Amino acid sequence: MSHSSASPGASGAEAKVSTINEAVIRIAGNSQDGIQAIGGFLARLAGRTEQEVMTFMTIPSTISGGPSIFQVRMGSGEVLSAGDEADVLLAFYQHSYEGHITSLRKGGIVVYDSDHVEPKAEWKETYNHVGVPISSLTIEAIGGTAKDKGKNLYALGLLARMFDLNLTKLEALITERFTGKDHSVVTNALAAFHAGNSYSVGQVIETFRFQEARHRSSQQVVMNGNEALAYGIIAAGVRFGAAYPITPWSDVMEILRRELPKYGGTFVQCEDEIAAISMANGASFAGRVAVTGSSGPGISLKMEALGWAVMAEMPLVVINVQRGGPSTGLPTQVEQSDLNLACFGSHGDAPRVVLAPSDVEDCFYTAIEAVNIARTYNVPVFVLSDQAIATRIEAFPVPDLEKVCQDITPDFTPVAEYKPYDLSTSNGVSHRVVAGTRILNGRYPVATGLEHDEMGHPTGSPKLHMQMTAKRRRKLQALADTLPVPKVYGPPEGNVLLVGWGSTRGPIQEAVDRARAAGDSVSALHLKHLNPLPPGLDNIFSGFNMVRVVEMNDEGLYGFGQLAGLLRARYCDPKITGINKTDGLTFKVREILERARADVTAGMRKL
Amino acid sequence: MSAPQTQNAPAHPASANAVPAPNTERKGLTKKEIAADHPTWCPGCGDFSVLALYFKMIEKRRLEHEKITTISGIGCSSRFPYFVQAHGAHYIHGRSLPFASGVALSRPDLHVFVFGGDGDLFSIGGNHFTHTARKNIKLTCVAMDNWVYGLTKKQTSPTSPLGFKSKTDVWGAVDYPINPMKQAIAAGATFVARTTHSNPNHVLQMMEAAMDHDGFSFIQCLSECVEFYEGAFDASNPRKGGIFNAVPTTHDVADEVAAYKLADAAFPGYFGVFYNVTKPTKNAKEAGVNAAAAGKFKGLKDWQILQKTFDRMK
Repeated sequence: MSHSSASPGASGAEAKVSTINEAVIRIAGNSQDGIQAIGGFLARLAGRTEQEVMTFMTIPSTISGGPSIFQVRMGSGEVLSAGDEADVLLAFYQHSYEGHITSLRKGGIVVYDSDHVEPKAEWKETYNHVGVPISSLTIEAIGGTAKDKGKNLYALGLLARMFDLNLTKLEALITERFTGKDHSVVTNALAAFHAGNSYSVGQVIETFRFQEARHRSSQQVVMNGNEALAYGIIAAGVRFGAAYPITPWSDVMEILRRELPKYGGTFVQCEDEIAAISMANGASFAGRVAVTGSSGPGISLKMEALGWAVMAEMPLVVINVQRGGPSTGLPTQVEQSDLNLACFGSHGDAPRVVLAPSDVEDCFYTAIEAVNIARTYNVPVFVLSDQAIATRIEAFPVPDLEKVCQDITPDFTPVAEYKPYDLSTSNGVSHRVVAGTRILNGRYPVATGLEHDEMGHPTGSPKLHMQMTAKRRRKLQALADTLPVPKVYGPPEGNVLLVGWGSTRGPIQEAVDRARAAGDSVSALHLKHLNPLPPGLDNIFSGFNMVRVVEMNDEGLYGFGQLAGLLRARYCDPKITGINKTDGLTFKVREILERARADVTAGMRKL
Repeated sequence: MSAPQTQNAPAHPASANAVPAPNTERKGLTKKEIAADHPTWCPGCGDFSVLALYFKMIEKRRLEHEKITTISGIGCSSRFPYFVQAHGAHYIHGRSLPFASGVALSRPDLHVFVFGGDGDLFSIGGNHFTHTARKNIKLTCVAMDNWVYGLTKKQTSPTSPLGFKSKTDVWGAVDYPINPMKQAIAAGATFVARTTHSNPNHVLQMMEAAMDHDGFSFIQCLSECVEFYEGAFDASNPRKGGIFNAVPTTHDVADEVAAYKLADAAFPGYFGVFYNVTKPTKNAKEAGVNAAAAGKFKGLKDWQILQKTFDRMK
């Protein structure tokens, strides 16, 4: 929490009020306590008050219950990551208190439920302790139920008091959330919230007020990465999808199953992962680009069918919400260890496109870009999201939907003749005609996984296999030529260049900001197009002494993470090395900073 | 076909009206126009007969090229789409049914036919068979059952009878075979019929009835592999001294238990329609879901529907 100014205490018994420009609040309890709901309210409030917001949450992989946290970072300026250390910890239980107290910065405030938590003397020195009997006061407020329901709203009221949050907007959010349920639910929710809000927390500790946020010209929408992916797919015009449930992908399929019928589309829950990608392949064959998706193990299962889409030149979008692997791995934790799988999974030479969104907003637009690449180049496209983006909530400007939404209904006008695998084009891209289209010369194609001639009929001809293999590769080379050169964050020349992909963009850029503020020569480059790679990277790399690829995956047998390995293979540049980690957690800014700074101090300053 | 408009309905009116009724404006196709590549099957293979009768049905029912979609997985019989002059897909091993479901669920204007072997449909694709049947997805699935893996040259198949000597069971098959008819009935297929390549008129009759069925229709068609299992079906062929038992005229096709009992008869068993009931298809159910959802957003463009959702996320 950065205090920009400390104003004198307000009148009466209130402790002092400080103006701040951002705060990191961590809420720790059990997963059934409605912790995510508090986080969701705070995030949406931030969106409605033009503040920046970033959240981080963990959910246990156990079926019911278990410890769970939600961390929200709100600020008046740009918020790039969920924050390394919390300013305030709200702890519901002893295990929440003991497990998360060290995530507080020194001097931070822990607000604990004194009905459940016995504070420890050794921590009282380091952290400000505020005990509130949250459980009993909630029961008192909403009328004597033995259940723990409502204490999340009581706690939200407490936080609203501590941070002088906009009560009217919070009341509106709570009312909206519970509307449609029994009226007493809304009444109880508001009662618990008000009770928390009128607790005289200000007598015990300082309270805070956020600096005025810079004014935004557009309204903000608040959602998590899985929601943004699903709505991006809809905006892109996709009207058919199929999948099998798996964490953390399932939200996307749940949303698409619920939403697509409004647009005349269908989403099918299949018997397994292979059926899902097969059904999507079938729907693409017969019409618009279709979508399937999964996480780790499910993606492994889809690989043979993905190879068919490469061979048959079928447009298809495959979303992979990555989690820790291999095998069942870490179902509810994050890792970026599926890059090699996305780029190279499936047998044979099977070129496909791989994109990675870098934040929640980017999920929305990347989904649209993936659909458009798929249908322009008749190729399967991977979208590599991950558990961290999937579950974090961000606010971003409402997209201009009238402009962004597209109709990709195929053209069924009869054609004179049709060769699905036409070899005459220089970029390898053939025009695609979908099943159901009349072909006037009476010669109909077969979409096939066998090596084939221009009509799709099987061949073992060495010449055709060479020509078709090159055709499938040339399409991606043609795509690469159209990709923009990525922009360097920070000066284009310097000592260390941090390269990242996917969800690590925020913490990497924040690390650059902090390093530069300390006088170190560090810049960053973030890649969205991972296969094929965009042009111009060699030029960018040449401006730096060291290129460190920051990835949440293992350093590998030879010391390089998955993207680092790709870049080294592509550029044969020995200055490319990695900053890797495999703890199943998102990068902290500090972790990146410390390892980047080690390079700077290793005597490699430029000039 | 009962499913009304779904999302991939053709964009231009001519196709939208081209429901799969017999074509009346255009001249019916001749066998020459329907045939594509010369089949690569061995001389004498039962599959030739199935292909010829598929052509005959297209001819007889005056179907149009572009309204037929022929889909298969991997195996000898799965070469089928290459021999038919129509949009086709030669998909991966065992997964033809989910692929075909993707076509059927998004294109109510197309006839979707799946041809596969016993290995493709009942071994590697066994799970998909069960689920496509239980969802009652509107398509026709013909299992060209030869009791052996032919393409890979004589390994045991899931329908090989006990004791069949193959390259993977040189002493004779030890695993109990699957009965495709029982499998189909138990999985919830709404049309289940059995025929054999050696009775062409009967094959045609079953194919037509299957095509006309609104739901998942399944045909087990015995199709002899003369190379690796010669004589397998002689007992069902009167020309080889066998007997062709038609389903008794007293059989009630709506009686699931009676159908199961028919399926339980020892080889050569019965031929004809074992089971035929009408149940709402997944196609129709999804169309119903869509109609209900669309009713709430009448007159709105897609972007306006999405805008409404985003307005709630502010």
